[in-house]
Amino acid sequence: MKHLLSTADLSKQEAVGLLDTAAQMAATQSREIKKLPTLRGRTVVNLFFEDSTRTRISFETAAKRLSADVINFSAKGSSVSKGESLKDTALTLHAMGADAVVVRHWASGAPYQLAHAGWLDAAVLNAGDGTHMHPTQALLDAYTIRRHLAVRGSGLPGGAADGVGADLAGLRVAIVGDVLHSRVARANVALLRTLGAEVTLVAPPTLVPVGVETWPCRTSYDLDATLDDWRPDAVMMLRVQRERMSGGAGAFFPSPLEYSRYYGLDARRLARLADHAIVMHPGPMNRGLEISAEAADSDKAVIVEQVANGIAVRMAALYLLMAGDSSAEGNDL
Amino acid sequence: MSPGPALPADSEPDGTTVLGASDVARALTRIAHEIVERARGTDDLVLLGIPTRGVTLARRLAERLAQIDPAFDVDACVGELDVTMYRDDLRRQPTRAVGVTRLPAAGIENKTVVLVDDVLFSGRTIRAALDALGDLGRPRAVRLACLVDRGHREVPIRPDFVGKNLPTAQSERVRVRLAEVDDVADAVVIAGRDDAAGERGAR
Repeated sequence: MKHLLSTADLSKQEAVGLLDTAAQMAATQSREIKKLPTLRGRTVVNLFFEDSTRTRISFETAAKRLSADVINFSAKGSSVSKGESLKDTALTLHAMGADAVVVRHWASGAPYQLAHAGWLDAAVLNAGDGTHMHPTQALLDAYTIRRHLAVRGSGLPGGAADGVGADLAGLRVAIVGDVLHSRVARANVALLRTLGAEVTLVAPPTLVPVGVETWPCRTSYDLDATLDDWRPDAVMMLRVQRERMSGGAGAFFPSPLEYSRYYGLDARRLARLADHAIVMHPGPMNRGLEISAEAADSDKAVIVEQVANGIAVRMAALYLLMAGDSSAEGNDL
Repeated sequence: MSPGPALPADSEPDGTTVLGASDVARALTRIAHEIVERARGTDDLVLLGIPTRGVTLARRLAERLAQIDPAFDVDACVGELDVTMYRDDLRRQPTRAVGVTRLPAAGIENKTVVLVDDVLFSGRTIRAALDALGDLGRPRAVRLACLVDRGHREVPIRPDFVGKNLPTAQSERVRVRLAEVDDVADAVVIAGRDDAAGERGAR
């Protein structure tokens, strides 16, 4: 694995390996000294062309916990706002000697271009591109689901009993809300499928993308029926991405109140979930729109834990992409 | 952890067996007695195995310690210490899987920690283990036990308890087989001897 661009590229073995590595990373994060010397002297550039709080901070924390140097680069206040192209930005980063580039971009496919155009020889990690993919978010979701729901792992003796070595076979995950604009949904459908889980997308018809029938999942327009008849083990609420809805396409639903009546997770729907079921949200939440405060703050919600798991998953991704690079200059012993 | 030059696993199924199952058992029993003698008892002893085979050896040593001193609680005093993320050769090799680190519930603070590994070679694994220990706590003392010391140290590290000193050539490959891990009888095998002799002749 040289880059982490899309969850569709991951084999089941790679995905389980990534989650297992994340479990070991998480174990180090409960220590008094959380920092590991693993990536000392290596440089990670956070290249963010789009606003982000938790993903950027999470990647920055992960890189620092592994002793890498972190350079934050956001489009606002950089030469990008003067019209510099992605290529010239990449060449600049190359000249500065970046070992890994974490990129978030509003254009789908920008990380792929960065990885394959030959501008850079660094590892590229996709931190969200347009409405395409957000692989580390999907991995941390899968990690969270596995910790709570997977059969206790038999892979390793003792130590991390968080389902290490297990996949997600047989689990049912409902992904509810703005699927059309959601890279989180796309990344999750591919990864959860690879790991053996079943996925149902629940969304109003206007927020279901064209071509969804080719995705390896079911779709439904009825949240109540899905919760009652299909009995999901995990419910993942997606944020209604109003910033992407203001374009020429106009409104996607008549009113926020109607959306929240039909597709919001409120106390009534929360009570109908199975006892073991968990409620997830990639954040940031629109409380009162797709998720009510009762649901967000309930015992079933693992939303804050998702953020903590994000650090471990990103440490694992950085470790697996950067640590074993034998093509690097080498003789530092 | 560094049995020799990186070769694909099981590329040389045969080799010279230098220690058999009974030799390994006797060596471990002697090491256990030496540990007790050195520590003047088993109070505050913690055995930490370095994966993979060091973990098995640490457990076997602990069982022998329990035979010597019935007050020694095996489960409360044995752990494993993964050193992967502290290695200095990460960038020279394909990515290694990160292993489990599991300390006894009482921790290692002010304990006498005995690191247990199968083969002591360059010493770099032990250097990494010392760094890893430093991040986990401050033991009162750290000792090193290994089943085989094959020489060729690259850092100033020496073992406190050795099962067997094996003079080897750098190119030889020393492997420890343990029943729990490898499903074969315990043995210490040296492979690549002939190549080494040829190399020595050429020099």
